[in-house]
Amino acid sequence: MTVHMEGEADQVCQALAAATGRHFRAAAEIENLARQSGGASRQTWSFDALVDGRRHALVLRRDPPTKGKTDREQSVAIDRATEFRVLQAAHRAGVRAPEPLFELAPEDGLGEAYVMRRVEGTAIARKLLRDPPYAAARGAITRQLGEIAAAIHATEPGTLPPLKRREAADHIAGLRRSLDLLGAPQPVFELALTWLDRRKPSPLDRPLLVHGDYRTGNYLADESGVTAILDWELAHLGDPIEDLGWLCVKSWRFGAVDKPAAGFGSREELWDAYERSNGRKVDRARAHWWEVFGTVHWGVICLNQAWKHLSGSIKSMEHAAIGRRAVETEVDLLQLLKAEP
Amino acid sequence: MAQDRPTASELLTAIADFLREEATPALDRAEPRLGFQMRVAANALAILEREVRLGPAADAREHDRLVGLLGRDGTLETLNRELARQLRTGERDERDSGLMAHLEATVADKIAIANPKWR
Repeated sequence: MTVHMEGEADQVCQALAAATGRHFRAAAEIENLARQSGGASRQTWSFDALVDGRRHALVLRRDPPTKGKTDREQSVAIDRATEFRVLQAAHRAGVRAPEPLFELAPEDGLGEAYVMRRVEGTAIARKLLRDPPYAAARGAITRQLGEIAAAIHATEPGTLPPLKRREAADHIAGLRRSLDLLGAPQPVFELALTWLDRRKPSPLDRPLLVHGDYRTGNYLADESGVTAILDWELAHLGDPIEDLGWLCVKSWRFGAVDKPAAGFGSREELWDAYERSNGRKVDRARAHWWEVFGTVHWGVICLNQAWKHLSGSIKSMEHAAIGRRAVETEVDLLQLLKAEP
Repeated sequence: MAQDRPTASELLTAIADFLREEATPALDRAEPRLGFQMRVAANALAILEREVRLGPAADAREHDRLVGLLGRDGTLETLNRELARQLRTGERDERDSGLMAHLEATVADKIAIANPKWR
């Protein structure tokens, strides 16, 4: 660990001791503070707080310095304060998500940040898909994800903080704007966007909470299956089937290509669990539309990630290399457009 | 003037093999985060190796197909720009079998370089 990192950890530790103490109204000792890997766009730290002889397993969510984000990313991601309130509403509505506890104050000096209870489990797709301890979980995750998606979408919109509404047409316009900004012609993405534009599903009369990044890699699971849905920063109001389509994008199967739903099951299993939970029928054409959209979306995100490096906003070989993954979604799109239901 | 052997492809293969087989295991023991980055680097070199070997012929095929499809000549960039424009406006779409054959062939050549295992 570098000297700079130790300095940052010390600062985080002191701020957490003060803020945690305020929340519990008792002196708090911070132990086992560790920066977590993953989540490139946000900092996550895990720590224990000892308060009145009780140990609380907690997680800090905190914004890193804002350099390195494209304008588009800034315009679609919600801030930490909004994320805290979305998480509160979802958690109170019974969604399997970490319980948010308190926000940090500006004078704590950590920027926009909040603390939630730590949930056990791993988010690493490779482990969940292949390691022996998760054999039973693999049989349960598709159904659980269907049920949890239904719970997310059943969150009463009146309990939510103000969120942007994004419907199919807004999404298409956003991706075309991204392609124009990137500058290189992309015939397959243009083909797919025109296909999508001509078949746009009509917006719901009353838009619902959409998680916005509902996929393997963004939830925790243990031996029994899903323990908590994470990464709410792309939450918005819109068509809930967006989440089901995104979950089936081939890139989120992490090699288990024959298991369309998150790499664990069939689309039908996912839809059945969803329908049983919230009583709303999943329109097959709408689900297919959102899967096609999600596939273009991930392709454009790959190009945008590479652009962060190419534009000089961050220096990252990893980001540069992701640009060459965009073609994977072109392969998928040509397959999907042939499989029109 | 031609360079001596190893060819670009042979040299890139040698570097990628070294990074994957010798450097990565050592880094995994010492600093796992860098081990992961090294895998990304080795994989990127493998892409470059396939690109120097397969890229020129793939570009030439793409160019020839685009000239046939659009009925005009130009650089790969300008032809693709015109095709992208026609696709955004909907002048052409997935019902055009010549277009789809071109896109299938182009994407097949691209994925053979970027990630031949993708299916």
